[in-house]
Amino acid sequence: MNPLLQVEGLGKTYGNRLGCEDVSFELQAGEVLAIVGESGSGKTTLLRCLSGHLQASSGRVLYAQRDGRSVCLADLSEAERRMLMRTDWGFVHQDAREGLRMGVSAGANVGERLMAVGARHYGHIRSTAEDWLTRVEINRERIDDSPWAYSGGMRQRLQIARNLVTSPRLIFMDEPTGGLDVSVQARLLDLIRGLVRKFNLAAIVVTHDLAVARLLSSRMMVMQQGRVIETGLTDQVLEDPQAPYTQLLVSSVLQV
Amino acid sequence: MYVAVKGGEQAIDAAHRLLAEERRGDTSVPGLTLEQIAEQLTLAVDRVMTEGSLYDREWAALAVKQSRGDLIEAIFLIRAARTTLARFGYTEPMNTKAMRVKRRVSAAFKDIPGGQILGPTFDYTHRLLDFGLTRDEKPEAAATAPADLEQTMPRVLEMLANEGLIEQPSAAAREPDDLTQDPLDFPAGRDLRLQNLARGDEGFLLSLAYSTQRGYGRTHPFAGEIRLGLVEVSFTPEELGFPIVIGEIMVTECEMINQFHGSNEVPPQFTRGYGLGFGQCERKAMSMALVDRSLRAGELGEERIAPAQDEEFVLSHSDNVQATGFVEHLKLPHYVDFQSELVMLRQMRADIEAKTRKAAE
Amino acid sequence: MNAPTYNFAYLNEQTKRMIRRAILKAVAVPGYQVPFASREMPMPYGWGTGGVQVTAAILTPDDTLKVIDQGADDTTNAVSIRKFFVKTSGVATTEKTEDATIIQTRHRIPETPLTEDQILVFQVPIPEPLRFLEPRETETRVMHALEEYGVMQVKLYEDIAQYGQIATTYAYPAKVADRYVFDPSPIPKFDNPKLNDCPALQLFGAGREKRIYAVPPYTKVVSLDFEDHPFEIQTWDRPCAICGSRKSFLDEILTDDAGGQMFVCSDTDFCARQQNQSA
Repeated sequence: MNPLLQVEGLGKTYGNRLGCEDVSFELQAGEVLAIVGESGSGKTTLLRCLSGHLQASSGRVLYAQRDGRSVCLADLSEAERRMLMRTDWGFVHQDAREGLRMGVSAGANVGERLMAVGARHYGHIRSTAEDWLTRVEINRERIDDSPWAYSGGMRQRLQIARNLVTSPRLIFMDEPTGGLDVSVQARLLDLIRGLVRKFNLAAIVVTHDLAVARLLSSRMMVMQQGRVIETGLTDQVLEDPQAPYTQLLVSSVLQV
Repeated sequence: MYVAVKGGEQAIDAAHRLLAEERRGDTSVPGLTLEQIAEQLTLAVDRVMTEGSLYDREWAALAVKQSRGDLIEAIFLIRAARTTLARFGYTEPMNTKAMRVKRRVSAAFKDIPGGQILGPTFDYTHRLLDFGLTRDEKPEAAATAPADLEQTMPRVLEMLANEGLIEQPSAAAREPDDLTQDPLDFPAGRDLRLQNLARGDEGFLLSLAYSTQRGYGRTHPFAGEIRLGLVEVSFTPEELGFPIVIGEIMVTECEMINQFHGSNEVPPQFTRGYGLGFGQCERKAMSMALVDRSLRAGELGEERIAPAQDEEFVLSHSDNVQATGFVEHLKLPHYVDFQSELVMLRQMRADIEAKTRKAAE
Repeated sequence: MNAPTYNFAYLNEQTKRMIRRAILKAVAVPGYQVPFASREMPMPYGWGTGGVQVTAAILTPDDTLKVIDQGADDTTNAVSIRKFFVKTSGVATTEKTEDATIIQTRHRIPETPLTEDQILVFQVPIPEPLRFLEPRETETRVMHALEEYGVMQVKLYEDIAQYGQIATTYAYPAKVADRYVFDPSPIPKFDNPKLNDCPALQLFGAGREKRIYAVPPYTKVVSLDFEDHPFEIQTWDRPCAICGSRKSFLDEILTDDAGGQMFVCSDTDFCARQQNQSA
């Protein structure tokens, strides 16, 4: 069975500056991969190249579509790419304001993808939105509220609902719990873990927080200065890190 | 019995006649001549030519008279007149280096080859109302300089560029586009941006330029050189195949020296901003240069965070003829659309009232 | 001093050719906004220069022109534009819809059904239906190219969530020939059904924004809505106070400052004819 995502020698440079280099891996359906590193490690650049937000300088990304055929990301037309990003894929931004339409209600945010692919029954769109709000543990009575009235944690959950409404197969997450306080983080991670299992989502999660990686992912990649320096099963890498930098990261975490 | 309102045509004719009366004012007062306007309200004429995008002092003076001194109205008249004129082609690029200078200053250096020539300027006047001007007295003759001005004054920025301290002026990779022939598209090249700014409203550009100085997209400007004077205009007629000088026009040119930039490949250099207008229009030329530099944020790798750096925003709203047309169009009847809104609003309120009554029961 | 001389209908032939090319492109792709190099006209931007340029480009000496604003021939701007064309072309004019070959209109479609021999020219202030949700031209262009109109439905969804109904009452967006969503100009939604399957050619000119678009004759035009909140037109609870019509768009006239009002047809020609018929 084709892997969902196949990455070969992916790299991105900005003039002289290196974003990321020579990244290769495979992702199976339902698998969660964590990309871990400090700021400046190139992990966000990598994520944006993988998700089609940024054009890579070298290498390629192959995605297995629902009909089984693999397609190279760079070969897609603008229309195809945008359609993919709106249906099969999701992207959860660190700052929810980038991933939401702050100027419209929560319900409209969740319903937008449905409307973008042709949903035309207000009642159905609304009840689908209500269901999703409930699934991400937001009170459905808040469906008409503006995201401005939501807390940071709620906005993240709204972002997740907005992405999941079209049953995507692959979700990219950029520091999904960044900027949230610890108890809110914990709740959000629990929710993500539950949704990933329930809907058999594949996910690539970028984080600097090893605890997040441990909780969410089965496999992990460690990046430093634009390169992947270690990769393996999350538990193994965290128990027995090989690369000196990974050892440093692991040992510097107070409570794993 | 209600009779539909009629007589719009008569009302318009009467309004035109009333306007003509108001324009002329008290007939015992001498009427303005175009010469008076061109000679004594020169800066108004200069602005109308610049933003009207047409160099003709007589027509601009007429526009100022016809518009009763409302300069945007005058600019509108000139733009409309311009549309009707036959186009022969494009002139050769003007060589402002060979300008017959009336005024030329630089804030970047104390002295420069060719000298700091103050010329006729309001700078350094005390802004005290001069009641001597209520009488028509001939002013004292201004002193003449002991020697002639130098024929060609080297550009300050060119001297800096020769040392590599400032970026070279952008080379023309292709024929410039023409803003008056093709609709503006984004992103716009610098040629179109500058054309748009040259025709743009002086007040709008002034405010944007001011904003950059106050921190909304700082560019650390220095006035490298401001020149005012007469420049030759040359044109190559098809029949001749070589350029001939067809006249001279008065222009104001401003070159700003801005924040330096460098990269891994190129060592740091100052950057440029450019402004140009017809007649004497320093405020315009300087503002234009500051906004030009701000709009170059993209090609200079600067983050666009300020209004003056937002190309679509600046270029879409700089034309005062367009702006006044749309703002003032609100005076046109809109009663059909307003009626639609009234119908809806009344219905919504009725629905709410019905719901409230029902809830109360 | 030399005064300029004017061509038939003011614009020179080169300009007319440029505008006609834009019109042909617009007719070939119904609902698509074709950019054109709008000329400075002797009336202000926002006061009909787009419509005037389209009319000037298609006008011939044999045409009969009708100009209306808010449905009436005698409103000041309609008078001004009609006089402009008489002055620059000497063309015949009329107030009777059925006698006109070209009708230039601001904010209304005539009540009298149009025929295949007629062209309706609309004056458009803001041609871009997505403008209110996306101010950037660079982005709206891509959205049209990729048929990404989800954001329009979002706006309608928001209206229903907030007001219980779709709150757009004029410039109501519609889909043309199952492809492009367009802004039919600020006509009341009451007039939207007339856009659909119309025998006349409908041309739209936006001078300040520099766009021309078209709905060719007998083209499908469907106003956006939801299945469970279908598109509806305005109604009044009384007929026209002058001619008794129950089928036309009515203007509200305030008769005193104590709330007195009366309702009369906005289309003055239609109203006059209804009156004559019942007389």
